[in-house]
Amino acid sequence: MTLTETKNANKIGFFVRNQSIVVPIAAIFVAFVLGGILISLQGVNPLVAYRAIFSEAWFDSDGLLRTFQKTTPLILAGLAVTVGLRVGLFNIGAQGQLISAALASALAGIYITNLPPILHVIVALFCGVIVGALWAGIAGVLKAYRGVHEVISTIMLNSIAIGILDYLVSNPFQEPDQSLQRTKKIAETAVLPNFGVIPFGFILALIICLLVYWMLNKTTAGFRFNTVGKNKFAATYAGINMKLMVVTGMLLSGGLAGLGGAIETLGITYRFEPAFNGGLGFDGITIALLARANPLATIPAAILVGTLRAGGASLQFETGIEPEIVDVLLAITLLLVSAPILAKYLFKGKAQKSANVTSGWGN
Amino acid sequence: MLDFIKDNRKPVITLGLVTIIAYVFYFLDEIKTTSVLVFGWGYAVPLVLAAMVGIIGERTGVVNIGIEGQMLMSAFASFFGSVITGNIYLGMLIGIAAGLIMGAFLAVAAVKWEMDQIIAGVVINIVAAGLTSFFYAPGKTLPQLVPVVSIPILSDIPLIGPVFFRNGIFALATLFIVLAVNFAIFKTRWGLRSRSVGEYPSAADAAGINVTRVRMMNVTLAGALAGCAGAFLALEAAGTFARGLTAGRGFLALAIMIFGAWNPMGALAAALFFGLSTALASQLQADEVINIPQQFVNLLPFVMTLVVLSVAVGRVRPPAAAGQPYTKEG
Repeated sequence: MTLTETKNANKIGFFVRNQSIVVPIAAIFVAFVLGGILISLQGVNPLVAYRAIFSEAWFDSDGLLRTFQKTTPLILAGLAVTVGLRVGLFNIGAQGQLISAALASALAGIYITNLPPILHVIVALFCGVIVGALWAGIAGVLKAYRGVHEVISTIMLNSIAIGILDYLVSNPFQEPDQSLQRTKKIAETAVLPNFGVIPFGFILALIICLLVYWMLNKTTAGFRFNTVGKNKFAATYAGINMKLMVVTGMLLSGGLAGLGGAIETLGITYRFEPAFNGGLGFDGITIALLARANPLATIPAAILVGTLRAGGASLQFETGIEPEIVDVLLAITLLLVSAPILAKYLFKGKAQKSANVTSGWGN
Repeated sequence: MLDFIKDNRKPVITLGLVTIIAYVFYFLDEIKTTSVLVFGWGYAVPLVLAAMVGIIGERTGVVNIGIEGQMLMSAFASFFGSVITGNIYLGMLIGIAAGLIMGAFLAVAAVKWEMDQIIAGVVINIVAAGLTSFFYAPGKTLPQLVPVVSIPILSDIPLIGPVFFRNGIFALATLFIVLAVNFAIFKTRWGLRSRSVGEYPSAADAAGINVTRVRMMNVTLAGALAGCAGAFLALEAAGTFARGLTAGRGFLALAIMIFGAWNPMGALAAALFFGLSTALASQLQADEVINIPQQFVNLLPFVMTLVVLSVAVGRVRPPAAAGQPYTKEG
């Protein structure tokens, strides 16, 4: 083997070793190319469209704030799905947990009135986290004690949450003299501030990301989580209480989603309105799979999704392309990162096998 | 016939009881009973078809969480297929073809690539939601309505006739599809092979059955039934397409599949139970017999799913290899 060949092999080796970074980036690239084809089919130059998205999202101070605001709950929704995946649970109900938490903290922000500012925010955030955790906890208990698969139970809980919230905001908690289905504004004392273009919630989300990373990788609890997620039989054999792990996993996952909803209410929307936070939970799935269930990688993944969501809004106005193109871009990305197509194409036999993280019925 | 009743004792008894109760109500109030049953069966049809998709997949060892997305794509394809070609029958075929493609997609992802089956299904759902909402164009109408077909003699039976035998094509076909799937799974060579692949793939492999091929084929073909369910929703039930038209039915179908113990007749009974309860609740709400906010009435099927599953799982046994990719050794 000549020297240059060895060097080339090393270069390729670098890519093979870092598949978990290379594949998502390649996936995003391919998604943008395919999305570009769709955009040009509608008679718009895709470069113009993409520039519209990114300049709106990053190079405009209102837009930048909006990007961070969109990103914040997405980071937490992504973390919620990530934590679940690490314990072998696929929480596709982050949506329901997030919106019920959003309402709970809105109610805490409205109806608790005699608290000092910082304490009020903490109490309201806490209410959201608890409600989100409990909503997911139902699925956890059903899974642990009745063997109901979490994918079905969480999706049902999503629909149930949507129905209940729809009732609550159109009847008991509706803003008086309003035809819109929404609550009143929260009290000034419960508002999470913005520092320039950076919302306080964003910083909080980053801190939580680090905490979750630390928890999963450096603590005994995290070790248990990973063991359960990697091999249930080994975990049971090692004396880990599976039922407890399933319930705690769901509680934690739901709590994170709940925090996302709470921050959104207290720092962004200042009230609960069902139309505001559609689809966040499902973007969380995309983010978690894009980040390969790595808590730190959820940050860039969420920023990407947040950028597209924030910039997509201006797309229709500027180019006439429907903002749903963002859904297509994310769907293609999700497909390419989760199916081993790209990895097989890029790395052939050296492709990492996709792991089986979820469980079948009743186990 | 006797064998059939013996094999399906529970579903047959349930269906018989429901029929008797329905006739009692029919003598009390002809119009309302008929309308509740028509609504209930209409609600049950896509659930039954989608449950067949799940049953065929899982009997062969592949969990299909993507039924929702498969139905959504098919509904989209059948509606816009009809609009573009101007022919509703072509639209139906396009819908079924879309179902086949979606089925083939799950087959490739879950069987050939050995992807995590649950993740593959959820990805199908998200991709279907994304694509259909981008390409959705509002304000389109069907070129014609789905014609109502009456089966002679059978459709003249009071109550049962107009409910089950005077319908659009897909709703009519559903009863026969259930019987056919039931027969195919339990009485044919294909069914025996499929079940062996779903229960004990390595033994099936040793007996000379190509596990991968059986799984690929069944999951793909089942997609056609998801196509029927989607086409029914768009063309017969709604008469239009809307974003998120399937509204969680693919997941309800999975609950129905489990409740029916992975048995087509059981799933039929379970779906009727879901359909009739929902229809009854709506009727009682409309008659102001019960005074529950409409939002809560709409939640009934979802809550029922959770209750049914927490009771049913553990009492019924899934196919042993459902959810496990099979890698041939050596």
